[in-house]
Amino acid sequence: MEILLSKLNTFGNALPGDITQGLIWGVLAIGVYLTYKILDFADLTVDGSLGLGGVTAVVLITNGVPVPVAMIIAFLAGCCAGLVTALLNTMLGIPGILAGILTQLALYSVYLDINGKANAPISVDKFPLVISSRYVTAGNEVMDIIRTVGTALIFVVLIVAALYWFFGTEYGMAIRATGCNSAMSKAEGINTKRTTIITLSLSNGLVGLSGALLAQYQGFADVNMGRGAIVIGLAAVIIGMVLGEVILRKHFNFVGKLAFTALGAIIYFVVLRIVMLIGLSTDNTKLFSAVIVALFLAVPYLQKNAKTSFRKAGKRSLLGESTEPQPVLSAASGSDDKEDK
Amino acid sequence: MLELKNIHKAFNRGTINEKKALNGVTITLEDGDFVTIIGGNGAGKSTTLNAVAGVWPVDEGAVIINGQNVTGLSEHRRAKFIGRVFQDPMTGTAATMEIQENLALAARRGQSRGLSWGISRKEREKYHEMLKMLDLGLEDRMTTKVGLLSGGQRQALTLLMATLKKPEILLLDEHTAALDPKTAAKVLELSDKIIAEEHLTAMMVTHNMADAIKHGNRLIMMNDGRIIYDVKGEEKKNLTVDDLLRKFEEVSGSKLNNDRMLLAKD
Repeated sequence: MEILLSKLNTFGNALPGDITQGLIWGVLAIGVYLTYKILDFADLTVDGSLGLGGVTAVVLITNGVPVPVAMIIAFLAGCCAGLVTALLNTMLGIPGILAGILTQLALYSVYLDINGKANAPISVDKFPLVISSRYVTAGNEVMDIIRTVGTALIFVVLIVAALYWFFGTEYGMAIRATGCNSAMSKAEGINTKRTTIITLSLSNGLVGLSGALLAQYQGFADVNMGRGAIVIGLAAVIIGMVLGEVILRKHFNFVGKLAFTALGAIIYFVVLRIVMLIGLSTDNTKLFSAVIVALFLAVPYLQKNAKTSFRKAGKRSLLGESTEPQPVLSAASGSDDKEDK
Repeated sequence: MLELKNIHKAFNRGTINEKKALNGVTITLEDGDFVTIIGGNGAGKSTTLNAVAGVWPVDEGAVIINGQNVTGLSEHRRAKFIGRVFQDPMTGTAATMEIQENLALAARRGQSRGLSWGISRKEREKYHEMLKMLDLGLEDRMTTKVGLLSGGQRQALTLLMATLKKPEILLLDEHTAALDPKTAAKVLELSDKIIAEEHLTAMMVTHNMADAIKHGNRLIMMNDGRIIYDVKGEEKKNLTVDDLLRKFEEVSGSKLNNDRMLLAKD
């Protein structure tokens, strides 16, 4: 009982931090939503552009560039990463997944070129960072905690609002059409290469911005900070979609989808905290994210299979034969029939 | 006006699977011509339409629309001249988008798309009126996702989309082949009506010889990537399905090999 209480206490103390982290990763997840859901493009650039955004922001801020400017440049750096993947895909014909992997790998070197070494620390004491985990842990003023969570929330809300506007415009609609039906889009005069380029850039820009926020939040950028980021992003998107469908049903519109993507990221980190309190070691967090994504992707498939599969069809065919004049089989399947009913 | 001048197209060139799909297709469509295209399997019917639409670059020849040579323009840049309806009802519309959004996309065919709102209130009212004319009840479902519509509804919508912004050429590629007979007849009737009202220039591939005779003012028959028979006016009106079959054997020296076409003789 005491152990349980102390664990609950730890959970409560960590909750604001987990929510903040979830919101920051939510920015990344919204970026993943744009490619994975809207454009139907599995973009693995994300693993590289998160670290790129982080290190860009840290290096610029430590060299005296104002924090907002550094974050805008981190966003643009992410855009460039997405642009490279998009060009590899649209202009050089490299399959999307491979194009993303190539960029992601190259960004590892780019990171080291920018920083010179794997780790890039930044202290909230020396620089006016917009967000830091320092002020969100237990023992801080309630106002400080609210301010930290609120800052992350404001970023998510502004991004959702901006994307809602953008995807309602003529060009945004052209992007949605590209992801849905590229043959139709071309027939309607849409340059599908250009829509792909712009979406990948925008998506990775958001991932870069997420990296800039994350580096400030945790007080450092690291060359490995993006490893597995795509999986966390996907987990957030998928959790968000499943929840949204259940809760909002018919009213699950575009804003809802973006908001639930961010909510999915929060849930991911809260659940991660819970399984860690139960006993998952930090070494196994990546295993956890992989299992979560595999699980959520598998469920719809299994549900479909539960309704229709060869095994079931085979069973049904035997039941059907009970009407045929085949004494041996009909006796056996006849009893099955009764049991089922 | 559409001119095709000596169009050649081969697929898988230089490989053992090389297939010469078009072998010098030349035809001129006057404004308001409604041409039906028939022919055997692999005769080049759909390929001709794709050459006009610019799905891929042709090997030889020129595509000229209203005096402008569009041979060098890619598919999306050529789209401003061309309205298209495809065989597969899934191809012509964006399933995850609303009916009104699909229409708004089509209304901007060939225009540069910017950052103004994707669909205005005025447009919405216009689409409501247009959908009413289809008489499918779609006007009350404008925010419904197109994926929820039936094949016939989707083809009717695609037809509306293809002609929403008046095209110089309307390409109908077996657009009723995937529909049940009753729905197919309805969509064909609608096609006729729109083409006549808007005075459109159109090409329609069909496997139904009776339809090919009944609709349009001109009929062409293709074989081996060539036009082997071109008939219009009174002569076309008086054609029968048997005439067409005989004509085919006469010109091509073989029997028509299109099973679907033979099955749909009546």
